[in-house]
Amino acid sequence: MRYIEMHAHMVSRTTDDYERMALTGCVAVSEPAFWAGWDRSTPEGFEDYFRQLTEFEPKRAQQYHIQHYTWLCLNPKEGDDRKLATEVVKRIPKYLDRPGVLGIGEIGVNRITLNEIETFKDHVQLAVDHNQMILIHTPHLEDKYKGTKIIVDNLLKFQKLDPSRVLVDHAEEHTIDMILSNGFHTGLTLYPNTKVSAQRAVDLVEMYGTERICVASACDWGPSVPVALPYFMMEMRRRKHPESLIDTMVYRNPAAFLEQSPKFMLPGEAQPAAVPAAK
Amino acid sequence: MSVTKGVCPLTMRQIVDEYFIENRTKLLDIAAFLDRIERSSDQEDPSKDFRLRVFRKALDILSEDGQSRVLRMQMLLSDPTTAPRTVLDQKSAKGAWDDQEAAR
Ligand SMILES: [Zn+2]
Repeated sequence: MRYIEMHAHMVSRTTDDYERMALTGCVAVSEPAFWAGWDRSTPEGFEDYFRQLTEFEPKRAQQYHIQHYTWLCLNPKEGDDRKLATEVVKRIPKYLDRPGVLGIGEIGVNRITLNEIETFKDHVQLAVDHNQMILIHTPHLEDKYKGTKIIVDNLLKFQKLDPSRVLVDHAEEHTIDMILSNGFHTGLTLYPNTKVSAQRAVDLVEMYGTERICVASACDWGPSVPVALPYFMMEMRRRKHPESLIDTMVYRNPAAFLEQSPKFMLPGEAQPAAVPAAK
Repeated sequence: MSVTKGVCPLTMRQIVDEYFIENRTKLLDIAAFLDRIERSSDQEDPSKDFRLRVFRKALDILSEDGQSRVLRMQMLLSDPTTAPRTVLDQKSAKGAWDDQEAAR
């Protein structure tokens, strides 16, 4: 069965992972910029990373016939460093026209500091100024509820921002409602220990329906599973949900969100997909 | 195609048949975790750790009836404050809110 991996940090995965993803039906991957697990020391370090995301990684994915798309930013884990963040934000625009770049992401907050919030707002303004879509990271564990609320409250202050072009990711039971009820798309990320399990992700689909909800592995350099989506599909089947519903969750929903960028093309499409009207 | 909101397509009996064994295992893992703490080499008082204080309250939620145990559990484990931190303390979250953080 076909699927689109909405959130995967492929720079920290092996080529074997691309192969496993391709073998299990992955046709496209969307890779947000993130924290490397250690702090980069210079703005130039970020530029090298942006080149990796826009030049090298698409070639690696192409070897397995997987389309590669990306999102650029300075991530929330480094967002407290205002000097570095300001310099990096200035350098992002020259990469925005590159073919696989869909927007700004994954931005957000980590430990919810005043500095992180300022860096987040700078990135949202950058997206608004350049008419870019946004992919948002919400904090971990005990910080998730408070951080998601602060993120949503700040997004609502940007009057020119169309919520249907923003995906607020890593939702859980206590944050999904505030994201969806404000018109944003959301993502459920399947992690072995933190975030949601495949079972709880299916529970959330049963509770909230399918509209504007995507599911992703969010695989990175930590404990995570690049083929988590096939496990989600298996869990859907275990509950006797129809194949059409599974296709909605793992293919049509991510496509509907990503197609709002004229650069995103479904596999086999010769031309960029039409940009649907905002709902 | 949509789902009937709030409904799992399986019957009660099917849900139990499908998920009982793996959740039985999870219960035993929790029981063994609490026993392990009592066998700790330093015999420290578990109530001194903010995470274990929250854990005890979480066990109460499991045995209560009523709306969404998982939602109540999530809120129990969350930072209930609303003001941003003025300085970054550390990069990683801790898994539960430290109710004495503000006092320090
Ligand atoms: Zn991520």
